[in-house]
Formats: sequence, C-alpha cells, structure tokens
Amino acid sequence: MTSKRKSTALTEAQCVSLAQKILRERLCQQRLPEQPVGLESQYRHLLELLKRTAVHGESNSVLIVGPRGAGKTMLLGCVLRELMNLKEVLKNVLQVELNGLLQTDDKIALKEITRQLHLENVVGDKVFGSFAENLAFLLEALKSGDKSRSRPVLFILDEFDLFAHHKNQTLLYNLLDVSQSAQAPVAVVGLTCRLDVLELLEKRVKSRFSHRQIHLLNPLSFTQYVEAVGSQLSLPQDFPHPKFCDEWNRSVTKLCEDKSVEELLRRQFNSSKDFRSLYMLLFLAVIRVSPSHSTLRESDLLEASRLISADSKANILHGLSVLELCLIIAMKHLNDTYDGEPFNFQMVHNEFTKFIQRKSHTIHKFEKPVVMKAFEHLVELEMVRAVDSATGKVQREYQLMRLMLEHGQVMEALQKYPQCPTDVKQWALSAFA
Amino acid sequence: MQCAGYPEDKLRSLADRLPCRETQVTTLLSLMGEPDQYSYPSIFIYGHRATGKSHVVFSVMKDLELPYTFVDCVECVSPALLFHRVLLAFFGPDAAASLPRCPSLSDFVRLYKQMSSKTPATQTRFIILDRAERTRDMDFSLLPALLRLQELVSDNVTVILLSQVVWEKFRPNTGCFEPLLFHFPDYNKADLVQILSRDHHPSYTPELYASYINILLGVFFSVCRDLRELRHLAALNFPKFCEPLEKGEAKESDIHKLWRNIEPHLQRAMQTVYLREVSSMQWKEQQMDEKETTTPRGLSAHAHIELPYYSKFLLIAAYLASFNPARTDRRFFLKSHGKIKKTNFLKKHEKTSNHLLGPKPFPLDRLLAIFYSVVDSRVAPTASIFSQIMSLVSLQLLTQIGHDDQLDAPKYKCAVSMDFILAISRTVNFDAVKYLYDFL
Ligand SMILES: Nc1ncnc2c1ncn2[C@@H]1O[C@H](COP(=O)(O)OP(=O)(O)OP(=O)(O)O)[C@@H](O)[C@H]1O
Ligand SMILES: Nc1ncnc2c1ncn2[C@@H]1O[C@H](COP(=O)(O)OP(=O)(O)O)[C@@H](O)[C@H]1O
Ligand SMILES: [Mg+2]
Ligand SMILES: [Mg+2]
Repeated sequence: MTSKRKSTALTEAQCVSLAQKILRERLCQQRLPEQPVGLESQYRHLLELLKRTAVHGESNSVLIVGPRGAGKTMLLGCVLRELMNLKEVLKNVLQVELNGLLQTDDKIALKEITRQLHLENVVGDKVFGSFAENLAFLLEALKSGDKSRSRPVLFILDEFDLFAHHKNQTLLYNLLDVSQSAQAPVAVVGLTCRLDVLELLEKRVKSRFSHRQIHLLNPLSFTQYVEAVGSQLSLPQDFPHPKFCDEWNRSVTKLCEDKSVEELLRRQFNSSKDFRSLYMLLFLAVIRVSPSHSTLRESDLLEASRLISADSKANILHGLSVLELCLIIAMKHLNDTYDGEPFNFQMVHNEFTKFIQRKSHTIHKFEKPVVMKAFEHLVELEMVRAVDSATGKVQREYQLMRLMLEHGQVMEALQKYPQCPTDVKQWALSAFA
Repeated sequence: MQCAGYPEDKLRSLADRLPCRETQVTTLLSLMGEPDQYSYPSIFIYGHRATGKSHVVFSVMKDLELPYTFVDCVECVSPALLFHRVLLAFFGPDAAASLPRCPSLSDFVRLYKQMSSKTPATQTRFIILDRAERTRDMDFSLLPALLRLQELVSDNVTVILLSQVVWEKFRPNTGCFEPLLFHFPDYNKADLVQILSRDHHPSYTPELYASYINILLGVFFSVCRDLRELRHLAALNFPKFCEPLEKGEAKESDIHKLWRNIEPHLQRAMQTVYLREVSSMQWKEQQMDEKETTTPRGLSAHAHIELPYYSKFLLIAAYLASFNPARTDRRFFLKSHGKIKKTNFLKKHEKTSNHLLGPKPFPLDRLLAIFYSVVDSRVAPTASIFSQIMSLVSLQLLTQIGHDDQLDAPKYKCAVSMDFILAISRTVNFDAVKYLYDFL
C-alpha cells in the first residue's frame, strides 16, 4: 500500500465492503427509492386519494393492480412516506396492514386488525354476534374520549385477490361496506397482481367497491431502464471515501455506455421489464466485486446474466445416468409415435429393450427392476408424472405417465450430455431418419 | 479460497472437507456476503441427489458459526413445527413458547417481527429448508410467504431452499417472489473417484482403493451416480475385493486378477443390495458363506412367498385371464379342441399389446373356467377355492374391482409380474408361456 492511501481513513478492502453493504441492501429491495421511476401520475393519484381520507376524513377504496415486481408495494410505501410527513396525519391516522399470504382466513385477519389497532384490551372477552358487529365495535372504540370524530384508518390489503377466497368474502364485504357508509373514515387499499381481480368478487362485494383502480402497466422506455441501472449501481455522495466513490461511479457510468452491456441489458429488458428481475441481475454482478478487483466490470454483468438465464431442466438432465437418459429417449419415441398419449413403464421398458437388442453395442442389458429404479428416480425428479395419481390400485409398471419435457429439451440435453454414447445419440435421432 | 469477512483458517478447513465443491462454496459465500451485509431474500439451490447440497450448506453454516436453522421438510411434518424451530433457534425458548397452539403464518410473522425488533439481526439469519419440495404439500401460502420473508419481517433474514426438483415445479399460478437459482452440478466420474478414494482403508494403499473405486464405477456409473449409494456399495463390497489379497492369491499390482474376482460379484450386487432386495446385513452374510449358496439370491425375493398348491393355479389362471383376450379362451382351454392353431385368431395389431397395457379385469366365472381347465382333473372343486381367492386378494396378488357395487358381480385383476408367474409355474410344472396369447 502506498503512503497516500494510508492517510485516508478507510482501506480499499473496507471501501469495497462498505460499497457492497450499501448496494446489497438496495438490491435486496429493503429500501424505498427516493422517487419511483416512471410512475409520477400514479403517485399523484394515490397520494391525492389517501390525503382525502387522512386529512379530510372521507372514506374511499382503491385497487393498485400490476404484475409481480411492478412496484405496487413500493409505490404505496413512497406515498405513505410523504403522507406521514404531514404532522396532522402522523398523529391522527391509523394503519392496518394485512397480507393475503399471512391472514389466510377472516378470523385470523380480524384478530390481526384488533391487534394492530391496539384494541385487544378493549375487546377483552367480548363475544360478537357477527363479523360486522365486531368490526363496527372496533371502529367505534377508536372514537376515544372527547373527540367526536373518529380517527381515519387506512386498511392496506396486500395480495388482495387472496382475500376473495375467504369464506363468503366476509372481510372484504364488511371493509368495503364501511368505506361506503359514513360510519368512520376508512380507506381500503388493495394490492394485487391479478388483472381480473374484480371478477373474483361477489356481486354484493363488488357493488360496494369504488371501482377506482391504479394500473402499473405502462412499461418503462429502455433509456429509463438503463438510467435506472446507473442510479441503482451508483454510490451515494456521502460515501466516506470520496475518491473511491468517484472512481466507482465513473466506472458505472462507463459500464452503462458499453456496447456489450447495452446488448445484455436489452435482452433482459425484452424478457422482463420489471425492476425486481433487474435487481437480481445487478445483485449477482455486484457480489463479484472484491478487493482484488474493486470496480464493477463488464464481465461481472455477463457472468450474472449467464447465471440468471441458465436452464434448470437442462442442468438436471445433464446429471442423469446413461440408463436414465435412455429411458427419457424411449419416452420421447413413445410420445412421437403415439402423439403425446400417456404411456406406462412397461411400454418404456419395451422400447428400451428393443433398442438394446437391435441397435446398441455399448449399453448392456439391465434387469427390469434396475430399469424400474431408474424410472422411479425420474418420477422423483418430476420429469415424469403420473397422469392420474388417484387411480390407486394399478401396478406400478402399468400406471399411466407423461413426460414433462418438450421434444426440443430432450434433443438439446442429448447434445450437451457428457460422453454420450453414439449409438444412444443415433437412437434418439432415429425417428426422423 | 478467499472471502472477506470470514476467518481464513476456517475457510481453508472448509475447502479441505469439501472436495470438488470449491466453486459452489465460493459462490455461496459471495451470495451470502459478509455476515452483517444483506443477502438475497431467498436462494433456491437445486441439483441431483447427493451432490452435496445439504452437506455444503450445513458445513458452511456450522463452521462459520452463523445464525441458522436447518430444517428437513420431510421430518418437519407441520408448519407449526417449522415455526417453532425457527423461533427457537433465533430468539430462544421463550419466543418459541409464545406461539399459540395452532400457529398460523400470521402468528409466526408477527412474533418474528416482534422479537427481531427487540434484537435486530447483526448478522444475516439463515433459514435452510432441506427437501423443500415438501413445503408445497403444506399450507398453500407457506412457500410464497417464506420466499419474501425478508420483506414481511423487514429484517436481515435469508431463506435457503434445497431440492432436487427444478424451480419451475414450485412456482404458484399467480407467481411469487422469485428466488435466486443456484445449481449444484453433478459429480463426473473423476470427481466421484476423487471423493470416494478418500475413504480408503488404513491397511491398504490409497492407490489400491482408488483402482477398486474405478472398477466399482465401471459397473455402476451408467446406472447410478448417487454418491451416497456408491459409497455404501463401495464399503459393502471391499472385503470381497480384498479376499484374494488376504489369501495370498494375488498381489496389489494384479489389478486384472482382482477385477476378475470382483466384477461378477458387483454385477450381482446391482441386482440385489442396490435394489434393496436383500438388506446390507444379508448381503454381508451371503458374502461369507458364498460357497454353500451357489445360486445368487435377490430378484427372487418375491418368489419366497409360499402359496398353497391350488392358490398357485388360481394365480396362474388369473394371470392368463388378465392378459389373454377373452375370445381366445376357447382355443386355449377347450379340451376337445386338440392342437392350438394360432393363425386363425391372430390379429396383427393386437399382438404384444396386452403385456404392454397391463392386466384387464375379468369376472369370477371366467377365472374358474380357466382354473379348472389348467388344473386338469387333479382336483375336485370345493368351497375353499373362494376363500383362497380372498386370501390372494388380501395378499395383494389379486386386485378386486368394483366390490362396493352390489349390483355388479365382483371383477378381479392379477397384480403380479410375469417373472413371478413363471417362477410359480415352474414349481407346479406348468408351462404358462404356452397359454399366453402374446407369446404365441
Ligand atoms: N418504478 C419504479 N421505480 C423504482 N423502483 C421500482 C419501480 N418499480 C419497482 N421498483 C423496485 O422493484 C422492487 C419490487 O417492487 P415491489 O416490491 O413494490 O413489487 P410488487 O408490485 O409489490 O410485487 P409483488 O406483486 O410481488 O408484491 C422494489 O425494490 C422497488 O423498489
Ligand atoms: N464434495 C463432497 N465431498 C465429500 N463428501 C461429500 C461431497 N458431496 C457430498 N458428500 C457426501 O455425500 C452425502 C450426500 O450429500 P448431501 O449433501 O446429503 O446431498 P444432497 O443434499 O445434495 O442430496 C453426504 O453424506 C456427504 O457427506
Ligand atoms: Mg408487493
Ligand atoms: Mg439433501
């Protein structure tokens, strides 16, 4: 190390470690962005709606709809961040956050609502006749003491569509009902990735919904996408080692201008535009940085992209034994001959035996149980699946099965298979000859 | 192997203990990052059986003393158990005890959040789910929730899933948080030799053991690449390999001689221990007193079922009824018909298909007709025939179909293999093949 470097507080290794820490946290999606990219109108719309409840005490309901990773949760988070900056809101507004993955039925959901409103003690051992009564009681209880006006409550329902599967849609019905009556100022915000979510709602539930929807469908332009890459990878200005920070950020800028990187990003962009898959790519690139190469290089991104686009099925096919591979080929032939009709083990074994007897000189004959064991391994790997698992008493060898691989996948696997015997290869191709 | 944030000596001992997995260990460590950094919310590690997934992940966690829970989803039969294990490992018995009796995911996440806000993670906490394909059979939302646990509890936690099934088979219809996919490639032959050779016997040279492993792989590699299974087979058959050496019939350098001695033995092992037809104990015993029992056992395990004389014929008759078309019965079983002429009733496309499609159901009277015909006049029919049929059903050699339906007479199917029937036929001097339409 040179004496110049010693004078600064951080060593190179410490800088790399700190940069990793910052970027990892960002790319693991634990931080809200400063500003959502390309969602300005949606942002304003949602903020406006929630303000009306939080500030003016109007009830409302809204659905945020968009594919996975489109930024629904993030958008709401950013809006709430701004909303809670208003002093009167922070003191007054209550939030209830539910998630369809966690509150899997309405009883659990109601318990969670009670807890989040800090009303467990108020409710105590009271028994309620109905869900509606219980909810009404909770909202009433919020009108504490002297205040005649209730405090506004924001109900946030992530994975909204899952609540529609609850019995009678009781929770949805009651929440939306309250949002339409003047009982108390509530806003119901649903987040979902299902575009057809309204069709899941019962008529009485649907009629109580405001039909306000905010769609996060407008795709980013590629320029915005590349800009996002640059900003996501950049280190903040307050990084404790300005020189390292400058060098890093300059290398990121250079990277974004690189032709092969652009090509790679365009491929990624064309396969999915959402930020989440982009973050996964960037994460895989960032973790390759180490003290021995302390800036992000083009090769890091290329390697990350290679990892992401790996074909899992091909990877698994690569590790099959020759016997198992032969069975896959036999099944492929059966599929070709019988037009994709299901087959049983006996037929596969028959095809395989024909091959051994007529064409093969490298593969030996195996006892049937040995072949069966190989076949069952394929079943375990879920490459082969029983057509109807409920048939019960059928002998194993006659159970109808289907191959869960495409023709092309099998042929490709064959090309990549290490030291594939040529007679096996020829057998696989033979149907076309 | 070098990785910032972890003690170098521990990394070195890890590398020593995990041959052929250096790349995987390095990648895993870089995915995990330094202990205090965030790791990706969920990582899905897949690869064939015994490619060291559990072994590598477990060793890394244990040696580097990271906060982790390792849960095998086959042992962990309910989500409640899983929640308990996780809370216990990270927050101690009090936290685990505060789970309600039938905890929901909601309870789990709430408690986790509550505890972690008191003691936020200073190092990434890892939840490892081995044989994760089983989580799909539990609560439908368990897997999607675990995949985004980091978001749900907003703490530094990473869920690592291990499975031999590819990720595509896990993804729910409406999608979920996509984990990072990480493949553990299969070991090639050279890798297997390197790993297995480490188990060499103290009283023989490593070279000898390595050449033994090469011979073993020569027999088994095209059938099985499962390291665990191969290691077991290697240990089991090594004494036999050494026999010529013990007896002074061969020297360590006589590899060819040793090969000639062990090769047929290994072939036999493939048909027996490998298929679990005999237990490892039995196999060892057989090795000891091989001179007496010259016929190789195994495969024949089924044939050891002793059946009464007439039951054997009943079973044979059932097999014939299951695999012959009913319209051919006259030709086979009518005494007056004399010699069987096959040409008259052969339909080309039907040929061979019966044994491919499996047994067809038949009514009782057809079974009895065939039975009396094949048994010849050697037996006077009694009521005991029916009870013998029932006991064949209870032994699951016959399957009864449609017994719930009182209106229909019961039908049966034969549920044993051809090999089994041939073995039985031999014991009663009956040539079953002559009576099978498929083999005319
Ligand atoms: N327009 C955007 N600008 C900046 N960041 C974005 C944008 N869209 C998405 N992101 C980022 O992408 C990640 C995923 O977003 P988010 O978690 O909000 O998705 P989601 O729509 O809630 O997905 P899911 O349906 O799976 O819950 C977040 O880290 C978020 O910060
Ligand atoms: N590279 C290796 N070196 C030494 N032993 C290994 C190696 N890989 C796997 N094993 C051993 O093989 C067995 C199976 O490995 P395991 O991790 O359970 O496989 P998986 O979880 O992939 O099915 C373990 O007992 C382990 O000790
Ligand atoms: Mg979300
Ligand atoms: Mg394992």
